Amino acid sequence: MAGHTKYVPQSAPAKWLEARLPVISLIRGSFVDFPTPKNLNYWWTFGGIAFFVLVVQIVTGIVLVMHYTPHVDMAFRSVEHIMRDVNFGWLIRYLHSNGASMFFIAVYIHIFRGMYYGSYKAPREISWILGVIIFLLMMATAFMGYVLPWGQMSLWGATVITNLFSAIPVVGEAVVTWLWGGFSVGNPTLNRFFSLHYLLPFVLVGIVLLHIWAFHTTGNNNPTGVDPKSEKDTIPFHPYYTMKDLLAIVVFMIFFSWFVFYLPNYLGHADNYIEGNPLVTPAHIVPEWYFLPFYAILRAVPDKLGGVLLMFGAIAVLFILPWLDTSKVRSGTFRPLFKIFFWLFAFYCVILGWLGAMPAEGIYVTLSQIFTTLYFVHFLVILPMLGFIEKPSRLPESINDAVLADNGKTSAA
Amino acid sequence: MKTFLVKSARALTVACGVIMAGTAAQAAGEGPHVERQQWSFSGPFGQFDKAQLQRGFQVYREVCASCHGLNYVAFRNLADDGGPGFSEDEVKALAADYVIEDGPDDAGDMFEREGKPFDRFPSPFANEQAARASNNGAYPPDLSLIAKARAVKRGFPWFVTDIFTQYQENGPDYLYGLLTGYHEAPEGFEVPVGQYYNTGFISGQTLAMAPPLSDEIVEYTDGTPMTVDQYARDVSAFLMWTAEPKLEERKQLGLGVMMFLILFASLLYFTKRKIWKDVDH
Repeated sequence: MAGHTKYVPQSAPAKWLEARLPVISLIRGSFVDFPTPKNLNYWWTFGGIAFFVLVVQIVTGIVLVMHYTPHVDMAFRSVEHIMRDVNFGWLIRYLHSNGASMFFIAVYIHIFRGMYYGSYKAPREISWILGVIIFLLMMATAFMGYVLPWGQMSLWGATVITNLFSAIPVVGEAVVTWLWGGFSVGNPTLNRFFSLHYLLPFVLVGIVLLHIWAFHTTGNNNPTGVDPKSEKDTIPFHPYYTMKDLLAIVVFMIFFSWFVFYLPNYLGHADNYIEGNPLVTPAHIVPEWYFLPFYAILRAVPDKLGGVLLMFGAIAVLFILPWLDTSKVRSGTFRPLFKIFFWLFAFYCVILGWLGAMPAEGIYVTLSQIFTTLYFVHFLVILPMLGFIEKPSRLPESINDAVLADNGKTSAA
Repeated sequence: MKTFLVKSARALTVACGVIMAGTAAQAAGEGPHVERQQWSFSGPFGQFDKAQLQRGFQVYREVCASCHGLNYVAFRNLADDGGPGFSEDEVKALAADYVIEDGPDDAGDMFEREGKPFDRFPSPFANEQAARASNNGAYPPDLSLIAKARAVKRGFPWFVTDIFTQYQENGPDYLYGLLTGYHEAPEGFEVPVGQYYNTGFISGQTLAMAPPLSDEIVEYTDGTPMTVDQYARDVSAFLMWTAEPKLEERKQLGLGVMMFLILFASLLYFTKRKIWKDVDH
């Protein structure tokens, strides 16, 4: 971090500050002079994009809270008040509700990038594990945020998900009552979800900083998976990657704006424009799109406890991914068999997402079972096995060599 | 062969990824097939037709309002930008036609007074029980948000193409389909007492609402045809406005934001290329 800069304070105030708290050299070492592999492609920008969306969520969220009322009798009306009477309230709320989806889109791409290029492998296991914790926390945050407008899907989604904990043997029912703060999802539930929904994003920021600290200690992975060997392989973070990330963020903002301004309700469920009513159950209770693959896994098992364990297992398996992959080669670019299975795995996830939106009956249940099995087989059988049977293609000598070969030049150039 | 496998797996995944986005909202919807209608407010440059909103409001007021509330809309909203475009005086006069219960006064009694522009449309019934009692047990929903509150079935591949065509009008399409969906029940179909056969209803083939519209039930003064079809269109457009009163402002701002971002992104693109010019990467 700070060790990556040769910065020496020149002005008197800078010298004064550096002698007491070396923040200038910390920032310069982390985000200005930090040596970064020069071959990072645009898939690498999604980390920065995700962080940008997190900041958008926090800023819009803080403003929304200034007008929102967390009470079962007033929450829905207060959201409509924001939409109708608050200056640009519609914009802030649509940014926030669509921002949740944008955050998941960016993070899913970021995760799959990490998987493809083997970014979870030694020595970046801690960075990866912190990333999985971020993923878990953002799922919890998004779920609780969806409850706050107190529409029909808010209320009934909260009922379905909190009820999962009743599957815990012996103490399940007691745990659910404790979570609700009552005997059904009600005002105490809404209030605690509001409290936690405000708290968790700040925890997220903290873990994101640890996540960055970890991979700034090990250095970034890169598309070749080959460690930088000389100064030819790296460039300073600024201006190269500040510029590249900024470009990517602005392009992502175009995509984001497409939804906010022209399709603001496309990603949400229409039933959430009906005020929550504990006496009327919606015909289909469906979670937000980003939970669908896990929802399909949950419902694949006829047994409630089994389903819950499998769903949490689907995320738990990510924690041990660094040790399940036995291949010595980091990047998928040089792993012919892995490549095929990687895309198959991505395909399983998408199909599970589709199944999560279908009713849990007939053929859909069978398909959910098949694809849930394939999901776990990928992690628990394919990945450990591939390391032994796969013959990787030849690795480049260095990042610089790979880049020159790609550009049709030779390393002598 | 392997490259082919990788490429086809990748293409498959990307295609399916596009398909998956939004399935929660779209794929699980149910109900009748909803015909697409032409609306002045669709698309990136869409705007409400003020005359249509005024006619739609007239239909609401003379027909729907006897059973359905409009709880989130205030009289003053009728003069807001991007709405039906009534003048402040018209709104004042209109509000004064309504009787609003207010209070308690200094003596602790509730009293009735003339409506003011800041009042919201009063509900036709004192409470849900009263509404059910006068409607055969059915509860006529508040209409403020109805145009956004029905999960109309889109199905594959339409919910994918909707992203590109910016189709967000399934609500008014559904309302139009419902209001024009009353027909004779087919031979052998048993319509329960107090129910009406309708091919456009989202959760069944019959509903408790009697056909509300008939030709010439509302007197238009601007020469617009006084047909069920026209009434249905006008009131559906009006209800889209009550559900999304900032639609025009949103699309106008969106256009500016989009143009700025595209221009800014292009400038950044050339800046980035210039900065990276001397780096092999």
